[in-house]
Amino acid sequence: MRLATQSSPVDVLIVGSGAGGGMATYALTRAGVNVTVLEAGGPWDNTTDSAMFTWPYQSPRRGASTKDRPFGEFDGCIGGWDIPGEPYTVARGDKFRWWRARMVGGRTNHWGRISLRFGPRDFKAKTFDGLGDDWPISYDDVAPYYDKLEQLVGVFGSKENVPNAPDSIFLPAPKPRCYELLVLDAARRLNVTCIPARLSILTRPLNGRAACHYCGQCNRGCKTNSNFSSTNVLIAPALKTGKLTLRTNAMVREITLDRTGRASGVIYIDTTDGSEHHIEARVVVLAASACETSRLLLNSKSPSFPNGLANGSGTVGKYLTDTTGTDAGGFVPKMMDPVPHNHDGVGGMHVYMPWWLDNKKLDFPRGYHIEVWGGTGLPEAGFGGGIQEQNGGGYGKQLKNDYRRYYGAYVGFSGRGEMIPNDGSYCEIDPRVVDKWGIPVLRFHWKFTDHEYLQVKHMQETFRALITEMGGTPWGNMPSKEDGYGIAAGGVIIHELGGARMGADPKTSVVNSNCQTHEVKNLFVADGSPFTSQADKNPTWTIMALSMRTSEYIAAQLKARTL
Amino acid sequence: MKRREAVGAMAMAALTAAFKWTPAEAQRAATLAREALTATTPFAPAFFTPHEWDTVRVLADLVIPKDERSGSATEAGVPEYMDFMMTDRPDGQVPMRGGLAWLDNEVYERLGKTFVAATPQEQTTILDEIAWPKKAKPEMSQGVAFFNMFRDMTASGFWTSKMGITDLNYQGNTFVAEWKGCPPEALQKLGVRYGD
Repeated sequence: MRLATQSSPVDVLIVGSGAGGGMATYALTRAGVNVTVLEAGGPWDNTTDSAMFTWPYQSPRRGASTKDRPFGEFDGCIGGWDIPGEPYTVARGDKFRWWRARMVGGRTNHWGRISLRFGPRDFKAKTFDGLGDDWPISYDDVAPYYDKLEQLVGVFGSKENVPNAPDSIFLPAPKPRCYELLVLDAARRLNVTCIPARLSILTRPLNGRAACHYCGQCNRGCKTNSNFSSTNVLIAPALKTGKLTLRTNAMVREITLDRTGRASGVIYIDTTDGSEHHIEARVVVLAASACETSRLLLNSKSPSFPNGLANGSGTVGKYLTDTTGTDAGGFVPKMMDPVPHNHDGVGGMHVYMPWWLDNKKLDFPRGYHIEVWGGTGLPEAGFGGGIQEQNGGGYGKQLKNDYRRYYGAYVGFSGRGEMIPNDGSYCEIDPRVVDKWGIPVLRFHWKFTDHEYLQVKHMQETFRALITEMGGTPWGNMPSKEDGYGIAAGGVIIHELGGARMGADPKTSVVNSNCQTHEVKNLFVADGSPFTSQADKNPTWTIMALSMRTSEYIAAQLKARTL
Repeated sequence: MKRREAVGAMAMAALTAAFKWTPAEAQRAATLAREALTATTPFAPAFFTPHEWDTVRVLADLVIPKDERSGSATEAGVPEYMDFMMTDRPDGQVPMRGGLAWLDNEVYERLGKTFVAATPQEQTTILDEIAWPKKAKPEMSQGVAFFNMFRDMTASGFWTSKMGITDLNYQGNTFVAEWKGCPPEALQKLGVRYGD
């Protein structure tokens, strides 16, 4: 049964409340526009729902994962790789895993808050190496929005003038932890650039939000809103304007069209009772995540768009990428028998390594950055697991003392690099499978090429060199070529981009440089789907800058009555 | 200082409200932990049989015994933790149940009695054959796999207990008004220092 939910159309309807949807909501309500947001998941408020400061022994599970909290039961993100009733399929022989958040704020409740601007070269990479495609916009088009974003949300870091890793408007960076100084020294000796991290966590109060209190638990959701989440930094102030209607548990099924070929609204399912609703809007903004946005467009078929809405080019769902990733850790004897002290710090690394090499001298294109972890954190479920790999095993008093001695005596590195879009990596509608609301689901295809494999091989070699330089021993052997050098399966790094890529040519792209679909003028995209390419940076910061830019465009067009 | 007062108040609010934010299990956990520590009423395992329960308790204390710094695995509530995890993650049930049975079978073959009925010396004799993976004989591989798992679960339960965290001298999970980096002793130990 379909129910109408409102008498007159809303100005702007936004699908999704994560990084892109949250920013669009914030920017448009600020501009005085009436906005309705549909979020597939449930309500969430970090100030009341976070598990910050919880001790592991307050739960019988001691912080271990649950079905809807794969990153641990205290984690602030409800969702996962497998959501009951919401399947997806993967083509035979391919590997892809799809992470989805189901809550207000979406995946901003999950991410590591690594907030990196894309560099000038990232928007025009094809010009340099002939691979993939250039964006129709340049760094200079986005830079003013990065500026505004940083003044609104806050990011710490330091001015470094690293090529193609532009400095932001930074809050002061926290001093490195002791073991991070060890990493810095090793990196310096190996000529690897290592600089203060750049995370959207407040080291000074900003816009009414308190500064960080260094409990290291950003992933649980911050009760003082000292880190960024769309929920509490964008959606909450938007609600205060009185311009926002937020509907949770609203799973959008399809975008509807009017007779003139304009988007007229969406049909969504209230997941609490299964009822179906039509909501009308003057402008529709899709910010459901790269893959969900592709799914929505592909499922919105009509006589004028038989292959899916705004898909005249046939490129919806195509040019899908994820960040390349691999990790390695190792035992560092110097770190044994730690001097007791609190080095929780912020909820993430205090130092990182931006891309530092020249590809002309390498056998792969594009770069990666390195994230750093280790040290004596809060013991949670899994503590001391596999100690026999380090001390040989045993039991009794000797073993008990070994646990103390080895506590935190490790460092680890995660490489996160740029994948080049390829024809074998895309999503489409599965011809047979539907979810529990009857909505056809996505089928993923995934291929890496030697560009990615050789890049990941280089990551592993670098990590192992760093660990050895610190006097340590890497855990396990270098992954073999047969194991893809340890490359994470598609989707596992949770940086899917593309699917509705930006371009000047409507024949080869879905949206224009304002993230407006070429074919439907009042339909916009404000998540990771318009990205023409990846970069060796996490995408969230650029998703938000682009969303802000698109929102300003929408607000101006509404004001001029040209939409 | 106004800000100091404000942040102090937030920290207090956070601590006193801790139970409200944790999942419902937290309530049960706190009760379990208290019961395990004070032992006023005997704990009734949901998964383990009475004999398995006896075996788990003996074995866990062999893995992590009481020493001069802290108590034993059973004193920290490790068997109760294991029992909960068996029902929380049913995939672990067969390896646990089967591993305990393997241990009894092995001891019975040799001594005609169960593991818990064996003397402490007899118990450690068998552990010596499965606790060191690289030194273990190939025919003990199932025992090695079981003991690796059991040792991991014991460690997970012990070091995440209040007793374990105190033993490790972990000093975080708290409100830090100003991050000043790590103290000189910690830097000295690693041979590092802050630059300018």
